[in-house]
Amino acid sequence: MLICSAAMLGSCSKNIIERTDNLPALTPSDIDINAGTWKTILLKRPDTFAVNAPALTNSPAYLAELNEIKGLQQNISSTQKNIIKYWSAGSVLRWNEIMRELVEKYNLPPYQNPDGTYPAPNANNPFAYPQFPFSNPPYAARAYAYISAAQYDALVAAWHYKKMYNRSAPYTVDSSIKALVPKTVLPAYPSEDAVVAGVTVEMMKLLFPTEIAFIQQKLEEEEEYRLISGANVRSDIVAGEALGRQVAAVFVARAKSDHAGTAGGSPQLWSSLAANISAQGQTPWISLEFPKRPPMLPLFGNVKPFLFDSLTVIALRPGPPPSTSSDDFHQENAAAYAQIKNPTREQNRIVQFWADGVGTYTPSGHWNAIAAEDFIKQNYSEVRWARNMALLNMGQMDAAIVCWNTKFYYFNPRPSQMIAGIKTLTGVPNFPSYISGHSTFSESASTILGHIIPANASKYEAMSAEAAKSRFISGIHTKLDCDAGLQAGKSVGEFAVQRAMTDGAE
Amino acid sequence: MCKIKEITLLVFSVFIFSQMHAQTDADAIMMNKNQLCSGPAYSYSTWDHYWEGTLHRINQNIGTVTTQSVMYMAVYGITGKLNVMASAPYVWTHASAGTLHSSRGLQDISVFVKWKPVTYSFAKNKLSVFALGGFSTPLTNYEIDYLPLTIGLGSTNLTGKAMVDFQHKRFTITASGAYVWRSNVKIDRTTYYDTRQHLTNEVEMPNAAQFQFRSGYRGRYLIAEGVVTNWTTLGGFDITRNNMPFPSNRMNMTTVGAAIKYTLKQDTHLSVMAGGNYTVKGRNVGQATAFNIGAFYAFYVKNNGNKK
Repeated sequence: MLICSAAMLGSCSKNIIERTDNLPALTPSDIDINAGTWKTILLKRPDTFAVNAPALTNSPAYLAELNEIKGLQQNISSTQKNIIKYWSAGSVLRWNEIMRELVEKYNLPPYQNPDGTYPAPNANNPFAYPQFPFSNPPYAARAYAYISAAQYDALVAAWHYKKMYNRSAPYTVDSSIKALVPKTVLPAYPSEDAVVAGVTVEMMKLLFPTEIAFIQQKLEEEEEYRLISGANVRSDIVAGEALGRQVAAVFVARAKSDHAGTAGGSPQLWSSLAANISAQGQTPWISLEFPKRPPMLPLFGNVKPFLFDSLTVIALRPGPPPSTSSDDFHQENAAAYAQIKNPTREQNRIVQFWADGVGTYTPSGHWNAIAAEDFIKQNYSEVRWARNMALLNMGQMDAAIVCWNTKFYYFNPRPSQMIAGIKTLTGVPNFPSYISGHSTFSESASTILGHIIPANASKYEAMSAEAAKSRFISGIHTKLDCDAGLQAGKSVGEFAVQRAMTDGAE
Repeated sequence: MCKIKEITLLVFSVFIFSQMHAQTDADAIMMNKNQLCSGPAYSYSTWDHYWEGTLHRINQNIGTVTTQSVMYMAVYGITGKLNVMASAPYVWTHASAGTLHSSRGLQDISVFVKWKPVTYSFAKNKLSVFALGGFSTPLTNYEIDYLPLTIGLGSTNLTGKAMVDFQHKRFTITASGAYVWRSNVKIDRTTYYDTRQHLTNEVEMPNAAQFQFRSGYRGRYLIAEGVVTNWTTLGGFDITRNNMPFPSNRMNMTTVGAAIKYTLKQDTHLSVMAGGNYTVKGRNVGQATAFNIGAFYAFYVKNNGNKK
């Protein structure tokens, strides 16, 4: 630092290189040529949506398409080079990053009305304050799941047609076309990048409706990159994007009927939740915010899961916490109090590392980041990337469902509600305590990721344990909340593992 | 006589952070050669209103934020025209409402060198020009990403400052302008969003400018001045609606205040000082009211024939 002496203040660079700024182009170690046979999630068959046979590579139409690429390759600007560098790291990766960014941007609790009530985002009027969505942890987990699952089904369909039509990449057909990405023998029609872009843009229209212009621009960038880099002709892209959009429609239809739209409940519901618990002689959860905020998505526990049915959600719900008037319960809260009286710097570091609160990508997004940065090193094909992300994120959404179902079934108070002296090292989430969401999300993630990359299994297990611990040492949860969350998360994660072992990809 | 005049010219109760700049880097007083002046000071700053971007608001989940600090500061005259000064505060913060935990700890050490190359006297007037260079850096690895209750912003700062002082009899006017280069900081999470996503734990801290104008009476025992200070962050972003503040926010503030220093006639080794200021305008900072007091003892480390 002292090297930046006063004399050279101006030249002391503050440029920051981010973790995925300088990735090499994705070079799959296996092109997974038979991925068209992998088990889809919602699509009945890989060819549910028809993709027309492409023009032959010696046809006039195709030759014209090659000329388009040659023209584009005459003058490649530095902006275009940056686009190539960015997108060639992988389509599923980059869209996953974009998705996390949108969650961060919209993960802001609405400000109260003058009368002390709170406005709710409205999907039918998304630009009005508070903008739709409020991408809180359950919303985000569901968004990640739908987008990842839709990308996976769309890519399985794409791989089916790739193998069937077997049309080579432009740089293979015509050696005068430069390959600005690593060459592959994977057939180019339909374009996997366009499939991912098409399906993702359609899903994001539903999930982030105020960002349509932004995501459309990303799609156009990505498709431009495929043309300039010599990896696809325009008809590869048109067919891929259309296929992606059609597959998205299936997922959009499910999303509109999965009960998430009504998960916010109503004032009647909010008060009945507390009344039911009081009637059982238990202390109900109350909001610790001023003015009191309605609980976050109290009916999210009724949302339709991906990996199992709704009866299984109830079966996975942990047994009750100790009575709020019992010594056991008091001791759990007293232990949380003891933790936060004199927090150490290391305690704070762990809490902040895992906080994933307001304005962040949420715990599920954190696990997406962890997974993505490890997947980069595995050199997966795009379809395997999508499959692994879908397994992770279906597990995240279903973890949210089981966790929220449990939270609102028991409606258990937070430690800070029971002992007013408990001050927390990060914001107290506005929903009941039992069971810990971070713990449920993390153990679900760690279980499926440990299956996908067995060499990292113990690392993920340690991270999950630390994530759970972070909620206890921040004063947000009792240890019991965390332990029960870990257990529920493990059960959900095992459903994802079961699917992984039978989807044809292993 | 100890010439430390004012402690908290910059109690930035910027959204949190009480960045205590040692006194004399802002005033026009110089220590004599071999003279050492040092002592403790205390400051207190409080706000309940703050600016979320440019929106003036309160937050019932924070209530009133109080920042207190104690610091020890020292100024030494290498020569009568070249002084060096150092200070380091221990800071603690507290929010009156909501559940967020207080924090406390040793903040940043700050070292300034102050040079008076030009003095020009004419009739009953005196004009002096000063150049100052400052360096500050955290003494501990405190939590940065915990606004508004963090104890500091964690950057290492280099400050270059020019100051002009005009004195007519006992009446003085002092004006200064500073440029503050701030290093990047590292936070405990691996990703953050400002106006876009950043996949790194490193945060670019925008540089800042500081301007100050002060004027008043400068007597042998009593110094009393009015002080207007402006801090402008040269970049950064606004807190979004109902979001948490962040270290690289565009924190701007203008404070108006007063500073008094009195040297005891009975024992000119001893002096006391007090000051206060109020934030009249701000952006992404708390609208703080701040007070400070201090007591100092001055003596000659070596006898240089200039004894009082």
